[in-house]
Amino acid sequence: MSGLTLLIPVALVLGLSGLSAFLWALSRGQYEDLDGAALRILIDEEDEL
Amino acid sequence: MSQGAASEHVEFVLPGVKCAGCIAKIETGLRPIPGVRSARVNFTSKRVSIDHSSEVTAEALRRAIGELGFDAQSVSTVAPSGDRAESRALLRALAVAGFGAMNVMLLSVSVWAGAAGATRDLFHWLSALIAMPTVAYAGQPFFKSAWAALRRGRTNMDVPISIGVTLATALSLFETIVGGPHAYFDGAVSLLFFLLVGRYLDCAMRDRARDSVTALMRETAPGATILLPGGGTAWKRAAELEPGMRMLVAAGERFAADGVVEEGGSTVDCSLVTGETLPEALSAGGTAIAGTLNLSHPLTVRVTAAGDRTSLAEIMRMMEAAGQSRSLYVRIADRAARLYAPAVHTLALLSFTGWMIAGAGWHQSLLVAVAVLIITCPCALGLAVPVAQVVAAGALMKRGILIKDGSALERLAEADCVRLDKTGTITRGRLQSIGSLSLTVDEKRVALALARASIHPLSRALAAHLEGEHVATAPVEDLREYPGLGIDGRLRGARVALGRPSWLGAEAGDGATLQVAFLAEGDAPKLLRFADEIRVDARDAIQRLGAMGLDPAILSGDRREVVMPVAEALGTPALAELMPADKVDTIALLQAAARRVLMVGDGLNDGPALAAGHVSMAPASATDVGQSAADAIFLGDKLMPVAIAVAAARRTRKVVRQNFALAIGYNLLAVPLAIAGQVTPLIAAAAMSTSSLLVLANALRLRNCAR
Repeated sequence: MSGLTLLIPVALVLGLSGLSAFLWALSRGQYEDLDGAALRILIDEEDEL
Repeated sequence: MSQGAASEHVEFVLPGVKCAGCIAKIETGLRPIPGVRSARVNFTSKRVSIDHSSEVTAEALRRAIGELGFDAQSVSTVAPSGDRAESRALLRALAVAGFGAMNVMLLSVSVWAGAAGATRDLFHWLSALIAMPTVAYAGQPFFKSAWAALRRGRTNMDVPISIGVTLATALSLFETIVGGPHAYFDGAVSLLFFLLVGRYLDCAMRDRARDSVTALMRETAPGATILLPGGGTAWKRAAELEPGMRMLVAAGERFAADGVVEEGGSTVDCSLVTGETLPEALSAGGTAIAGTLNLSHPLTVRVTAAGDRTSLAEIMRMMEAAGQSRSLYVRIADRAARLYAPAVHTLALLSFTGWMIAGAGWHQSLLVAVAVLIITCPCALGLAVPVAQVVAAGALMKRGILIKDGSALERLAEADCVRLDKTGTITRGRLQSIGSLSLTVDEKRVALALARASIHPLSRALAAHLEGEHVATAPVEDLREYPGLGIDGRLRGARVALGRPSWLGAEAGDGATLQVAFLAEGDAPKLLRFADEIRVDARDAIQRLGAMGLDPAILSGDRREVVMPVAEALGTPALAELMPADKVDTIALLQAAARRVLMVGDGLNDGPALAAGHVSMAPASATDVGQSAADAIFLGDKLMPVAIAVAAARRTRKVVRQNFALAIGYNLLAVPLAIAGQVTPLIAAAAMSTSSLLVLANALRLRNCAR
């Protein structure tokens, strides 16, 4: 039982941080072009964006 | 468009973007252009969006992309934000539901594994703590829609969902308070999760298509210069024009109203209205149509109809009227819900009364009724349609076919005859060089410099062709355009010219093709020939459509002698010289005979017919009106996408039916268990997930449906 008092809050905090990370990425438009994101890693970026 | 240094935004469709190299090439190629603030390619929707200042025009940007070797098709500037609000909200709800489902399931597994007493109660309380805010937030899309339907005295799929989820949550809370053994929090939350997946996919598909649809009437003229009765001129907005006014229309301007030419003679580009690419001659006494482009000479036009009385506005009204029948179409999921929702509610009510009569007590009876509601909740049913349609739409998108929404796919599958426009649909709607140009590399560079200086369709076609060959321009000076004749200039002192063959002393050939002569001083003039050619695979596509039982035929507004050779080459029947209203009538006649017409067209003149058809498609090169009236848009230079889209839609319909069968079969198995009171939360969760996964897996078979 004592293990649960630690583990359950940890699980919830981890889950919530994942959720907020997703919502943040969503609001930043990172899900607008998924196919393009896969390709952009191949582009050699010479100048700063 | 606003003037000054205001930031402007423009988007182009780029059918040719295929790899990372293309993205890099376009983005790095556009950024150095003065006035361009940012350029970003969206590979998924095959578009580039450019923020720029008024220093550079959209047309110049389109040309710049052309020089990079890509064909940019313009789409109007849709508001960049706001239109995705619905799918964003659904995705947020989906994320919350996913979080809730995972954590509640984690706790539930422990309960199923045998947690008892205080631990079980603690876990139930924790589940309640997670599930209730989750249901309150993530359930909103369903609650809202159910409430809207109930208020209008109707029912839809969301009514049983809302009742099921709310009842299950409330009852589970009660169970938790009294320390009962069964709580259905996991069922309620994972139900929401699965349903939101379906809902989100459906919405995302509509969004993606909306991106490629353009706003209406972008190309109309904002106003005209009016000759005042007492002499002098004044600029008036299109809405302020009245019949009887005389407007001055310069070369390169669009007519702001319908009218009769009083003075002058010119050529007019009517492609917006008729879809015809070849310019038409217009002289005194001729009729000018609002929206068409005056190409070569200034004209004085007496206005006969303005504002919402122009033939352009008339066409828009016809489209609205024709499109109304389509809004009555009921989608397959809603048809299913009409039968399903009452059945589910009756069943739950019957189980409740049955157990009450059997003397089980209201608590036990309610538990059974809720189990029935959860089990029958159209989880797989809610996924069955959208998942299949989204997978199909994704496959079609890879082939350059954009489907506007799920209902378009359903109607496409039902089509049993197809009617095609000629210009721009069977033909490419663009002037193409016949064979390769008989010019040397140096001459091509000169020709490009000359062609760029004019907006005449032939010059544009030549420029586009040369840009496609990656020709650089030569430093031609003293460029001068002679309206109706051509352009000339000087290259290192020698005269070079591009224009009408007779003007440059060349001998014109037959009249079927359009010709332009190129002259470099000292050499004999060279003839360049252009025509609006039939799409390369038109014959194959028509044959395939015929083999699919779609009975293809041509409906064209063009002249009979132009249409008939095309019809013969393709082996299809054809009707020529049809006015927009005639096309609508032809389609109405077919529909009255219980045929479901797929209309394929591009021009403004096809707009009403596209709206009248059971379902419609337009090429991406279509006019704005054509694109917005159509249910699906195909990119590229081929006609085969029409046949592919129908084939894919039929495959989708098949899979959707299989999915319905799977979902109903699962209900037939699970419902008796629920009524018998044998369904524990564990069984409910397992049954629900299995049926959803089955439906998903079946839908994924559509990944290669676009063949």
